[in-house]
Amino acid sequence: MNPIQTIDYIRILPELVLTAFGIVVMMADPLLKPGASRKGLGLISLAGAISAIAATFCQIAWSARDAQFAQPGWFGMVRVDSFAIFFHLLIPAISAVCILLSLEYLDAQNIRSGEYYALILFGTVGMVLMSSAVELVLIFIALEISSISTYILAGYRRRNAGSAESAIKYFLLGSFATAFFLYGVALMFGQTGSTSILTIGKALATTDPGLLAIAATALMMIGLGFKVAAAPFHVWTPDVYEGAPAPIVALMSTGPKAAAFAVLLRVLFATQSAQWFTLVWICAALSMTLGNFGALMQNNVKRMLAYSSIAHAGYLLVAFAASNEIGISAAIFYTAAYAAMNVGAFAVVSHFAAGGERYISVDDYSGLGRRSPLLAFTLTIFMLSLIGIPATAGFLAKYYVFSAALSASAHPTALVWLTVIGLVNSAVASFYYLRLIVVMYMREPLVAEAPAPASIGTRLALVLAALATIYLGVVPDRALNLSVAGARDLTPSTAAVGTVSATAPSSAPVATTPVK
Amino acid sequence: MVHQVLFIVFGLICVAGAINLLLQRHPINSALSLVVVMASLALIYLLLGAEFVAAIQVIVYAGAIMVLFVFVIMLLNAGEEERTRGSRVALILGVPGVIILAATVGWLLVTGSGQLGSVTIASSDFGETHAIARLLFKDFLLPFEITSVLILIAIMGAVVLGKRES
Repeated sequence: MNPIQTIDYIRILPELVLTAFGIVVMMADPLLKPGASRKGLGLISLAGAISAIAATFCQIAWSARDAQFAQPGWFGMVRVDSFAIFFHLLIPAISAVCILLSLEYLDAQNIRSGEYYALILFGTVGMVLMSSAVELVLIFIALEISSISTYILAGYRRRNAGSAESAIKYFLLGSFATAFFLYGVALMFGQTGSTSILTIGKALATTDPGLLAIAATALMMIGLGFKVAAAPFHVWTPDVYEGAPAPIVALMSTGPKAAAFAVLLRVLFATQSAQWFTLVWICAALSMTLGNFGALMQNNVKRMLAYSSIAHAGYLLVAFAASNEIGISAAIFYTAAYAAMNVGAFAVVSHFAAGGERYISVDDYSGLGRRSPLLAFTLTIFMLSLIGIPATAGFLAKYYVFSAALSASAHPTALVWLTVIGLVNSAVASFYYLRLIVVMYMREPLVAEAPAPASIGTRLALVLAALATIYLGVVPDRALNLSVAGARDLTPSTAAVGTVSATAPSSAPVATTPVK
Repeated sequence: MVHQVLFIVFGLICVAGAINLLLQRHPINSALSLVVVMASLALIYLLLGAEFVAAIQVIVYAGAIMVLFVFVIMLLNAGEEERTRGSRVALILGVPGVIILAATVGWLLVTGSGQLGSVTIASSDFGETHAIARLLFKDFLLPFEITSVLILIAIMGAVVLGKRES
């Protein structure tokens, strides 16, 4: 009998679909004339990303029919539970929006190579696989796929020295961080004799985890902390984001980050939380503070958003520090909310700066409200969401994170302090987000003419991101239920299952009443 | 006993080669030190009973990859590396950092060695091609296959970044 069943192929269906489309894009590329636009390939890869979402719905249908589906498959390599399915929906959606943005951007930048789209698709394979892998060896390979494709994409503006700097910096520091991750895996193998997260979790739960396991977790946290741009492993972020093409920044500030947070959740919650609480606490506090105060000093919008992404990684880590089921579900929800608003913000930056990435300083945005009211309006939505104004995704995400931190039973005082730091930081953050809005609406424009009209692809991307931001902020129930189910999959042993599902969704209507 | 002595000897050679790799200023000298590191690693694998991995290490790393390295260095005619202010700062910060990290990990391994279980080799064909093939094409089939995507991306990256701009 063949040990690999149909169900195993369904477990990696999104990855299979994405790989197939990636290969089609690669093979179609030589058929086009060397100097011609690659828009057609972009549309094929867009179809690929959408098919991957459809494949995930196929997985959902299968899991409803077959209880066996959520069990580990491929000899204990992947586990497609609700947690993985959440990211299987989120990550291809991010890629689809970034491909939509690239359609206009590549033509404006005069980039004529189809590998760009293939790399996005293959990178998405890695990110999607990271969220469902439960074996550290497979996680490592998936992490490398997602990282290496982003290193290459960061250097795609070949005529620009900043882009090359960005790619080299990202590559060197990224490889360095990966080495830490691998060393952590090796030590964990030494301690538990296994590289499977499920076995490691069981082994550490039954025996007293020694110093070695703590060191292993810390080393893995360094590696993943780099990928999510959490302080003190954040130094690369502003330079890399500044030089990389704007649609790619939209992708790499959300997609690989969401996938790396998924891995971090799986790894950290397999090991016991008491060991890493202090580490996560320090990382969270540092990321929020350094990120927000760094953003205050920036005049370049891309750099400002880079620092803001460091700060948001910090807010997310607050949910980790809560180290209970509510915290996990808050963290999962936060990745989706952050993806919606950040992709949107970079979509505006990408469109506005297209054709040479000229207009990227805050002053360039002055008077945008008069020059292009719609563009200014959408950017305002994303900025308000990044601040955390009610009725946006950012507000609910922050609300769940901080309420999770306050409701945690372990380390209550430390978490109250962390929440205070987080709230002070949110206030600081609103300053630089609001500054951009003020500049757009209150200041005279430097140049009179309106920016170039957005193409259909860019418009669609902007509308999708704005809708997602508002949707997650007004009717978050479905996303929230899915994240609560995902959190339950990660912590099967905790007793507090019933209370979470009762409190988390019911708090949503309270927050949304002013809107309706 | 012989095993332990051999392990210490080759371990020391390996570390010395790695340090020399960093200290050399001409890339070709660094590349040749890397051969020493790779070869002594192969011998350590052999001591651990992993014959197949040891052979692959020699053929692929010490052989094929090193030849490529040397060719590229020769073709590019790479000169000596320069010492800049940045590299001096990196040296001042990096050396203590490495020492602290190495000391911490060393201390952990020494104090934590009690917790490390001993591994018993269950099957008689441990380390042989047959046993490795069974792992590679059964338990680790998915990682093995997905590596092809990784290699494809790496090739594409080399093509994209190396292509002459038209």
